[in-house]
Parts: sequence; C-alpha cells; structure tokens
Amino acid sequence: MKPTFISRIISSSFLVAGAAVILLPFVWMLSLAFKPRDEIFSTSIQLLPSRLEWSNFIFALTETNIPLFLWNGTVVVLGILVFQVMFAVPCAYALTQRRFLARKLIFGLVMIALMVPFHVTAIPIFLGFAQVGILNTYWALILPFIPTAFGIFLFRQFFAQLPSDLFDAARVDGLSETAIVWRIAFPLALPAATAFAIFSVTTHWNDLFWPMIATTDPNLATPPRGILYFRDEESGDNVGPLMAAAFIVTAPLVILFLMAQRKFIQGLASGGIKG
Amino acid sequence: MSSIMELRDVTRCFDSNTVLDHVSIKVEQGSFTALLGASGCGKSTSLRIMAGLDRPTSGEVLLNGRDVRGQNAYERNVAMVFQSYALYPHLTVAQNIALPLTMRHLSNLGRMPLLGSFVPGATEARRTIMNKVVDAAKSLGLEELLDRKPGSLSGGQKQRVALGRALVRDPALFLLDEPLSNLDARLRIRMRSEISSLHRLTGKAFVYVTHDQTEAMAMADQIVVMIGGQVAQAGSPRDLYERPVHRDVAAFIGHNAINFLEPGDGINVGDSIVGLRPEDLTPNTAGSLSAKLEASEYLGSEIMLSLRSRRGTEFRAIAPGDYIVPTIGSDIRLAYEPQRVHLFDAVTGKRKSGVKHEAVT
Ligand SMILES: Nc1ncnc2c1ncn2[C@@H]1O[C@H](COP(=O)(O)OP(=O)(O)OP(=O)(O)O)[C@@H](O)[C@H]1O
Ligand SMILES: [Mg+2]
Repeated sequence: MKPTFISRIISSSFLVAGAAVILLPFVWMLSLAFKPRDEIFSTSIQLLPSRLEWSNFIFALTETNIPLFLWNGTVVVLGILVFQVMFAVPCAYALTQRRFLARKLIFGLVMIALMVPFHVTAIPIFLGFAQVGILNTYWALILPFIPTAFGIFLFRQFFAQLPSDLFDAARVDGLSETAIVWRIAFPLALPAATAFAIFSVTTHWNDLFWPMIATTDPNLATPPRGILYFRDEESGDNVGPLMAAAFIVTAPLVILFLMAQRKFIQGLASGGIKG
Repeated sequence: MSSIMELRDVTRCFDSNTVLDHVSIKVEQGSFTALLGASGCGKSTSLRIMAGLDRPTSGEVLLNGRDVRGQNAYERNVAMVFQSYALYPHLTVAQNIALPLTMRHLSNLGRMPLLGSFVPGATEARRTIMNKVVDAAKSLGLEELLDRKPGSLSGGQKQRVALGRALVRDPALFLLDEPLSNLDARLRIRMRSEISSLHRLTGKAFVYVTHDQTEAMAMADQIVVMIGGQVAQAGSPRDLYERPVHRDVAAFIGHNAINFLEPGDGINVGDSIVGLRPEDLTPNTAGSLSAKLEASEYLGSEIMLSLRSRRGTEFRAIAPGDYIVPTIGSDIRLAYEPQRVHLFDAVTGKRKSGVKHEAVT
C-alpha cells in the first residue's frame, strides 16, 4: 500500500513533534552554552543568543578539568569496548558453531544474565574490588563491564544465521578456530559489531552510577562524573561554562553516532552474506 | 592401484538416529568416485567424515592406508567444494582463492596487513601465492573477476571460485559435494566436462557427491550407490547398469526409470520381480509380451510408449523414432532380449543370479 500524501503529512508531523520534545533540552543547552552571562538569567525566554559567546567554551576547556574528563572517558569507554569484543565474539562463535557439553545450559545462563540489572551486582563487585584493592583505578571502571551478556547474545544471534559450511570451508583451508573467529566470523559480523559499539560506548560514556561508586579520585572522573564536580566547585551560577562543558561531553557521542550510522548502513547494504 | 581414501565399517549416529550404517567405501588413487543417493541418505555425512570435519561413531578412516582418525581436515590435506560454495563474502575472489595458501605459507606475523611486509621471506611468499592464484584463475577463466566480491558473482562464477580455492593448493584428494546442483541445466553440462578435465589434469582422486544419476554415470569410474545410510552397491557405471544387485539400485540407475513387472504381468519366472528397462523393450509383432497402449510421447529420435499389462501394471517401452504408433487403446506386442532381464527377489528385492535365460517364458 502506498502511503497517501495526507497520511505522510500526519506521520511526519508526529515525528517532528516527538523530535522537538526530545531535542529541546539539547537545543537549550546549546543556546545557553553560547549565551553571554547576563542573557542567561534574563526574565524573557530567548532561544537565540544575541551574540555568540565563546568565552564559556574557553573557560570550560582551560580553567576546568574537562579535557582530563574527556580523556578518562575515552580510556574507559575504549577499554571496555575492546575487551568486550575480545571476549564476546569468541564466546558467541563457540555457542553457535561448536558442539560441547552443556552448551545449551551456558547459553541459558547468558540469557539469565541478560535479565539481571547491573545495579544488583554492583555492591558485590564493589566489595570484591575493595578486597582486591583496585578501587580508584581505571580497572575498577572497566573490569565489571567486560563480561557482556548483551554482546554475547547479539553476536550469537548474528553467527547463528551464518551457514556452518562457511566455517567448515575455513577449517579445510587450514584456519584454526581462533583464526576463523577473527578472520571470518568477526569481519562478517561488522554490522552487528557497529551496533554493539554504539550501544556500549553510549552506555558507558554516559554512565554515572558506577563511577560514583567505584571512584572517589577526581583525576579518574569520567565526563558525567566530572561535570558533577564541576557543578559542586563552581556553585550554581556559572551556568554558561557548565553548559559548554555538557556540550563538549555530548558532542563526541553525537559525532560518533553519525559516523557509525553511515558505516552501519553501508555494512548492511554490502553484506551479501547469502550465496 | 592402492586406495587413497577408505572408509571401513563406518557408522555415524546423531543421538539415536543412525545416519551411516556400517559404510565401507574405497577410493582408488586417481579415480573419480561418485557417491550417488537420494536426499538425506548420508552422502554429505560420508564426505564430511572423509574430510575430517566429522568423526565416525565407530569404524576406521584410512588415508593412504594410515588411520587418520585424529587428524583434522587441514592435516589430511583434502580440498572440499561445498554444496553451498561457502565462499567468504567479505573477501575478494583473489583473496578467497589465496586463503588456503596464505594459511599454509605465511607465518602468523607474515599475514598481518602492514607488519607482514617486514617479515623475511613474506614478500616472496606473497608473490608465489599471487602467481598460483592467477594460474588457478586462468585455468578456470576467472582472471577478470579477481577483484570482485562473491556477492556480485553469478552462480556459475561462484562455482568456479569454489573450484579454484580447492585447486590452488595441490591437495591429496578432492571432495565435491553436489557442486552443480545450484546451476541451470545447460551450465551444469558444461561444468560437468570442466570438472572431468580438471580431474584428468590434476590426476588426483575425486570424490563427487550427487543425487543425479546422469552426472554420476557420465563422470565417474566408480559409483557408490547409497540408500538409507548404507552402501547398496559400488562398482563401475556399467556394472551398476547391467547388474544392479538390488531392485532399489536398478530403480536409481538409468536415464529412463526401469519397469518392474510382477508375476502375471506377462513375464513369469517363479515368483521373482522382473526388471526390464524401457530401452530394452521394443514393439515387435513377433514379441512375446503383450500390453495395452495407453499413451505415446514423440521425442524425435525415439517414441516413449506408456503401456498397461493384463494385470494392470503400468510400464514403459521405447520405440524407434520412425515407429508408426497404433491407435491408443489397442493391444501391441513387445520383444526383449532375455539377457536384458533382471530378476529380483519379491521379498528382499535382492538380485537373483544364476537364473537361466531359458527359464524366462
Ligand atoms: N549435525 C546433524 N545433526 C543431526 N542430524 C544430522 C546432522 N547432519 C546430518 N544429519 C542427518 O543425517 C541425514 C543425512 O544427512 P546428509 O547431509 O548426509 O544427507 P545427504 O545425503 O547429503 O542429503 P542431500 O542430498 O539433501 O544433501 C539426514 O537425515 C540429516 O537430517
Ligand atoms: Mg548433502
């Protein structure tokens, strides 16, 4: 059925309205980040600043620890992603393409793990890390997220669709199981990997809960945690630089997502798994 | 001649389901062996066991007379072409063909995209690999396609790439699993002769799985007929055609489906089932078998006659192309040579040997 002109107008306006509601806080943040100090607390609501005020950004980047927070965020997020992929992909491959004892049971455990929210395990992990003495390190921020049930599940679903002949062919061609995982299975799973990377990076970049628990050292603060420090120190009235900082922290994610989205669609289009 | 690959009394069970039941197959050095059977009879499973991709539940697998139970596909150095081609979708044609060589001739480090060029000998190895790939591509007419991805190839081209990947590395044995089943009829006939010439060219043993008896008859010098997970008969195409050991084998072999006549249909030899191929049965006014003509199909060089016996059994006969077909419904007489008659036990279906031709009445 071809959508009529009217129905398209209706659905488009719903989408635009929805987008507006979701985007408004971001637009407001952007607007505040560029407003001079005196305009921020004016009584009238003005969306556009009268002039672009760069000093907020300069203040955020030079007078605060924002660059450090960004660096911490990058280290943590990439560390998590690399280790997640390193373990989830071979796990998923084994769960689909290898026959071994208790395979179904293990997959069942993965499914169960998928349903347990992180908050349930946070306290035991915190106590464990305290015992081992790795609180207040990068590892404390990275380690808990490496075993990812979601990642294993996502890759498993993807590998389950690949014909097993493909892996048998690789075995005949002399690839070891490890080589099959990284030279055949992983490149084919790139679309799934991109989706997973977007998910993982956004979650952990934005995570505030765990950094609050696991670290007290301001030098280890990830961006959201860092913005909290920033607010505490500067008290409430320095909103302009705060918004500029929030913008700087959000921007990498948006840029990353836009880039990955193109790659994601490319991956789907040139997949050609069949045949 | 010695056998390169031998399955000895191999049984393979999936849980309680016995897929291969005491299968013994001998593949001679340099021979072309066809595994022929209906879908689901265990052909692919046999091939996978030969390749080392699957293990028998019991029984021995011998390669060059040595037990290779503990060896994987790579150590056995067999090449396999899969039913679904199984090309790597993310690699180009050249990379697909080169992969088995890269795994064999380059170290882990040498395989790295950039670092690899600093490893001693790697550049040279890469060059020889590329030469071999180009050679293989040339012999299969793939030079133009080397930079394409499998997704953009036609079925026949994918087939050739799969053959090329098997061909480059000089294996001890070629295993082909229904390599032509996804091609159209015309291309299938062309690829058939190409595979035959590859076999002559390499001089290596081929094991070729098919469910198409024409393919098996045309290409193989040994056919192994499998029925329900067992080897029903193994022998040359002529053996199978002329002396099928079981009525099921007889039913499988031959371009035209064989006729089975029961006692009372006109040829009586005790209580045996009589097998007589349509091409061995011709209209002849002096013939000893009479039947009612039900339909005729003109095929140019010959005419296929559909007949019904006195007892009501349907069967077919072939008349020469210039035969003048009588009116449908009339009784005609047919002749056959007594030595063309196959006799099968009515209960077990086994071939009855030693029956004198005179006994045919
Ligand atoms: N991994 C497996 N687990 C359980 N059963 C299997 C497995 N592989 C094969 N089978 C069964 O073994 C039987 C024979 O399979 P096989 O693939 O050898 O048949 P085939 O002769 O190659 O058939 P086709 O001509 O359709 O390819 C089938 O009934 C199939 O269901
Ligand atoms: Mg098969």
